[in-house]
Amino acid sequence: MLILTAIAVVRMHSLFAVAMLSGVFSLLSALLFVTLDAVDVAFTEAAVGAGISTVLVLGTLALTSRFEKPTKRSPIIPLFVVFVTGAALIYGTLDMPNFGSPDAPAQTHVGPDYLERSVEEIDIPNVVTAILASYRGYDTLGETAVVFTAGIGVLLLISGFSRRRRRDDDDDEESEET
Amino acid sequence: MGFELTQEYILGHMNYWLFSVLMMTGLYIVVAKGNLVKKIVGLNIFQTSVFMLYISTGKITGGTAPIFPLDMEVDPNVIYSNPLPHVLILTAIVVGISTTALGLALIVRIQEEFNTIEEDEILEIERAIVLAENAIHGDSMGGRA
Repeated sequence: MLILTAIAVVRMHSLFAVAMLSGVFSLLSALLFVTLDAVDVAFTEAAVGAGISTVLVLGTLALTSRFEKPTKRSPIIPLFVVFVTGAALIYGTLDMPNFGSPDAPAQTHVGPDYLERSVEEIDIPNVVTAILASYRGYDTLGETAVVFTAGIGVLLLISGFSRRRRRDDDDDEESEET
Repeated sequence: MGFELTQEYILGHMNYWLFSVLMMTGLYIVVAKGNLVKKIVGLNIFQTSVFMLYISTGKITGGTAPIFPLDMEVDPNVIYSNPLPHVLILTAIVVGISTTALGLALIVRIQEEFNTIEEDEILEIERAIVLAENAIHGDSMGGRA
């Protein structure tokens, strides 16, 4: 399903449909996250991926154009790059532990430690929240810093700070010429 | 190589392979398509498949979501999936949406400046600008630039 949606995104030329399909993709991946026991990630993905990012893409489309023009470049070189990278990735997974195996390296280090200790140390039923806000609080602090920076960047880009300055420059040049 | 191609092995690695295919689809969109909005969508697909890869490493067969009962009396027989990948990916999703927002804002500015969001047309316009500037500099230096 996910792969079909992604391929549909490749083939589609109407950007409106692409935006909707990316929302569908996010929703499907949220379902996948639920089956993989990551309920927190699932609802964040559903809210952020299917909600906010679809709205943002639609807003961009409203300010730009609705349709993609077919590109003149040949797809052979990108396909080659993609296949080589994909082969390398799959080669890299060959000695990974089996899916869901309880003795994988990811399951034997800090993960169970968090599960055992957060009961008495944090006393919050949701372990993900406990780790997010307490054990790895600095990550979350950094995350908010990133969001803040991105917000400033978007505001500066959209609000036309540089545009106004350029218009002032143009005015100056005109007044010098006259 | 220390592995055999048994059925268990193939099923146990199918998730990694499917996510790799998804990832490569996203990469193909980013590399091959000329439209900037579509590139951002491709980047999102790439990113989400990385998230899936991470979350799938945290899954334990027979496990459940890492949320304790409300009375905090944890049954030691219940297997909980690894919560650490979930936390990391939660952070990554939020960072991802902020980069997406920044990229889309850049696209809006590009549209205002060049009046197009196709990569080929932007490159052509830039080439024309460079040629015109070279001509001006060449004239002012008394020769061809």
